[in-house]
Amino acid sequence: MVITTTIPDSGEHLDSTFASRYVRTPVPKYKMPANPIPKEAAYQIINDELMLDGTPRLNLASFVTTWMEPECEKLMMASINKNYVDMDEYPVTTELQNRCVNMIARLFNAPVGETDTAVGVGTVGSSEAIMLAGLAFKRKWQSKRKLEGKPYDKPNIVTGANVQVCWEKFARYFEVDLKEVKLSEGYYVMDPVKAVEMVDENTICVAAILGSTLTGEFENVKLLNELLTEKNKETGWDTPIHVDAASGGFIAPFIYPTLEWDFRLPLVKSINASGHKYGLVYPGVGWVVWRTKEDLPDDLVFHINYLGSDQPTFTLNFSKGSSQIIAQYYQFVRLGFEGYKNVMENCLENARALKEGIEKTGLFNIVSKDVGVPLVAFSLKDSSKYDVFEISGSLRKFGWIVPAYTMPPNAEHIAVLRVVIREDFSRALAERLISDIEKVMKEMETHLIRVSTKTAHVTATVDETQDGDDGGKKHIKKSARETPEEIATYWRQLVARKKTGVC
Amino acid sequence: MVLSRPASESDLSVLSTSASRYVRDSLPRYKMPESSIPKEAAYQIIHDELLLDCKPKLNLASFVTTLMEPECDKLVMESINKNYVDMDEYPVTTELHNRCVNMIARLFHTPLGESEDAIGVGTVGSSEAIMLAGLAFKRKWQNKRKAEGKPFDKPNIVTGANVQVCWEKFARYFEVELKEVNVREGYYVMDPAKAVEMVDENTICVAAILGSTYNGEFEDVKLLNDLLLEKNKQTGWDTPIHVDAASGGFIAPFIYPELEWDFRLPLVKSINVSGHKYGLVYAGIGWNIWRSKDDLPEELIFHIKYLGAEQSTFTLNFSKGSSQIIAQYYQLIRLGQEGYKNIMENCHENAMVLKEGLEKTGRFEILSKDDGVPVVAFSLKNKKGGHDEFVVSEMLRRFGWIVPAYPMPAGAQHVIVLRVVIRAEFSRTLAERLVHDITTVLHELDKLPPKVTSEVEENGNNGVVSKRKSDLETQREVTTLWKNYVIAQKEIKRQKVMAS
Repeated sequence: MVITTTIPDSGEHLDSTFASRYVRTPVPKYKMPANPIPKEAAYQIINDELMLDGTPRLNLASFVTTWMEPECEKLMMASINKNYVDMDEYPVTTELQNRCVNMIARLFNAPVGETDTAVGVGTVGSSEAIMLAGLAFKRKWQSKRKLEGKPYDKPNIVTGANVQVCWEKFARYFEVDLKEVKLSEGYYVMDPVKAVEMVDENTICVAAILGSTLTGEFENVKLLNELLTEKNKETGWDTPIHVDAASGGFIAPFIYPTLEWDFRLPLVKSINASGHKYGLVYPGVGWVVWRTKEDLPDDLVFHINYLGSDQPTFTLNFSKGSSQIIAQYYQFVRLGFEGYKNVMENCLENARALKEGIEKTGLFNIVSKDVGVPLVAFSLKDSSKYDVFEISGSLRKFGWIVPAYTMPPNAEHIAVLRVVIREDFSRALAERLISDIEKVMKEMETHLIRVSTKTAHVTATVDETQDGDDGGKKHIKKSARETPEEIATYWRQLVARKKTGVC
Repeated sequence: MVLSRPASESDLSVLSTSASRYVRDSLPRYKMPESSIPKEAAYQIIHDELLLDCKPKLNLASFVTTLMEPECDKLVMESINKNYVDMDEYPVTTELHNRCVNMIARLFHTPLGESEDAIGVGTVGSSEAIMLAGLAFKRKWQNKRKAEGKPFDKPNIVTGANVQVCWEKFARYFEVELKEVNVREGYYVMDPAKAVEMVDENTICVAAILGSTYNGEFEDVKLLNDLLLEKNKQTGWDTPIHVDAASGGFIAPFIYPELEWDFRLPLVKSINVSGHKYGLVYAGIGWNIWRSKDDLPEELIFHIKYLGAEQSTFTLNFSKGSSQIIAQYYQLIRLGQEGYKNIMENCHENAMVLKEGLEKTGRFEILSKDDGVPVVAFSLKNKKGGHDEFVVSEMLRRFGWIVPAYPMPAGAQHVIVLRVVIRAEFSRTLAERLVHDITTVLHELDKLPPKVTSEVEENGNNGVVSKRKSDLETQREVTTLWKNYVIAQKEIKRQKVMAS
């Protein structure tokens, strides 16, 4: 007799994920699970948890692109398994990178002939780009000092206190002293005069920002160039300039073509730009371009035999995906100069509309300038009752992520909210944001009125119940309004102390 | 009177891309084009040019993953617009990163309590991971020397000459001297005894590789640990070890669990591993784990307020995509330890199949070990007619395979190898096909007329290959050889025809 045995769990593959046991077991957090689970379950579990992340497109805190055309996404998905560094295996991808470098160099008026190859490289972001540029300056300066027989152990960089954190990283990791020009109320970028004053014989370069992250302002690179040229004449130090055009590099050429900030200024030796900001590509690509070959010391460039062919490279990262580089090329070819110009003009228009809407509330000061990166930074006219951090918290309820932060030294008493206008921030969204800001402000005001009426009522009762213990001394209990006010002030100050500096 | 314009001029959106003028213009190379073009045209033109890239799955040169499941692809695409560094905005993504760090740390036997957080970080690849690890060692050593009142301006690292180039990069960019232990014929990895000999008071760490890129071999980290412990006792220098487990880190724990190479050895202070190699994720993710908080100097960590939240970070890169981190977590929970084990065992099996197939031809010497990264490195026993491994590599390209050839590192540069990396997606079928194609290539190789011998002698006698022929030179040689061969064949055929 044959006894048939039932196959246990035979129906498991029939269960829908939410009917299966996989959604009942706790998610592994510390240790790799012993057994595999079906791919559908893995997808579902992760996808569901990720629903609680913020919505990228409503993240008004970031400059980084959050939307691309489906055709571009298709190209990205198709190249996601191409390891960019396998240059011999993926020569077309490598060529596309070179084309991007050439185009960007010419956009920045690099002195290259029509068919010359520009000197530059694609990176993972402006952080890597800045580290490479800084390394080049450091090495060049060291070689110069060695030749002169002078000490070369104390290099420094001069920047504004408004620099993005990657400059501080570069300084700390590559052992370069960071000399920061302090800001002042009303002047939130690096003052060229003060910067040039700080330059000494150990300065490897002066770094100017085209598009300060705090207020979107463009620093006056032309003035810096002129003042530094004069100082160089007097001292003979030949200090160069680097322009951190992470945001501004893909804005200025299109909207402010007459603004001289790039290689048209002779002291500018390298420029970095984030492809994933106004280069309009998803996160993961930056660019650095050098003026000429002489500005990139050859002993930093690696000629390696990797997987069978000779390749010159100057990057910190090695293996990485190819998607973003291909996407950058797609954007250049798809949009062209005219397309980028249109996008930037739209951004500026929407920024203006947002600014006007915010001004109309009568409650805010606009801290950002009209010329610069399309963003709106605004502070409260009156911060005594509530501050920008609370407003930022309240806006989250509506889904908006609008960051609040205090300015760097010496303007730490100023706190701002900042909205970045990206390509995908339409007029409709701008109007919606204005209306939600108005709602939040109304809420702030009514909440305070309610609190004060309530506490007025309570104060009366509290006074009645005051008792005099402790040997007849009468403790005057703080009114119920004062205690929360104290606490609120205490917390606000605590938080404000913590929230200095931003990227 | 209304003059109608021809449709092709007036309504470009109607035209299919191939019918439009966009396929007639050459793609811009040096200067950004002035005007926009339709997205379909942009897609098509770029897509078509990219067809001339090699197929990633046939790229047997690379350890980096080229295939993931569609569910994972979906997650990757959905998170491609999330900037990982916005930790406050994407807290779940950040949490997934932390879970990966914890899981990998425990895989490496980090001394941690059950729910204690490990010290580690996700990076763009092992290069960044190694730079961070090296920076930590450098800073720790400098602080120690400063406290002792000794000079700290000449730090060095001891490694094998078989290190991957990122160590040389680290050395050059961060101003650390690289002291390399030369390999020798038959022993292509770092000799622990020689390494320990080279250690001096300025050595910030000794770096061992678990899975040499040249032949997949695991270095003997245990022996290194034991020898270095002794030396440390004598000298009091307290030199630590870093294990570059870029490839081996996701292999050894699953198929060689008794092999002691990780934090079980007390001198190992940090380990890096590439998520995008046998971590089975697409290119763009690596991990570095430190033994404990003491091994990562606090001054290197940045506590920043970015977009409104406090974050502690220690990375070189800042903004980057989130896709690969999420994909890594997917793989860790989707496959689990059992799944990874099965995959690594399959890879090992297929490597053996390939190895045996090559041995059967009788023409190759196998330089890779059976244990280690599933890689088959082989060289020609007899370079008949002066045709070497580079020629074989070029010929295999015709069949679509990318099998690189390269000389061994300093100390054995006269030995040239071909190397096939067995990734998870390299099936038995492909292994057999490769053997078949290699056999065909060998036959064709035999028929080729001998190369100009003087060149070969020159290279052979010196024992040092000064500079590998450039690709172009090799190509030209091969083309000339083929031309002669084809002409010769045609002549034979012609004579046959004439004779019949």
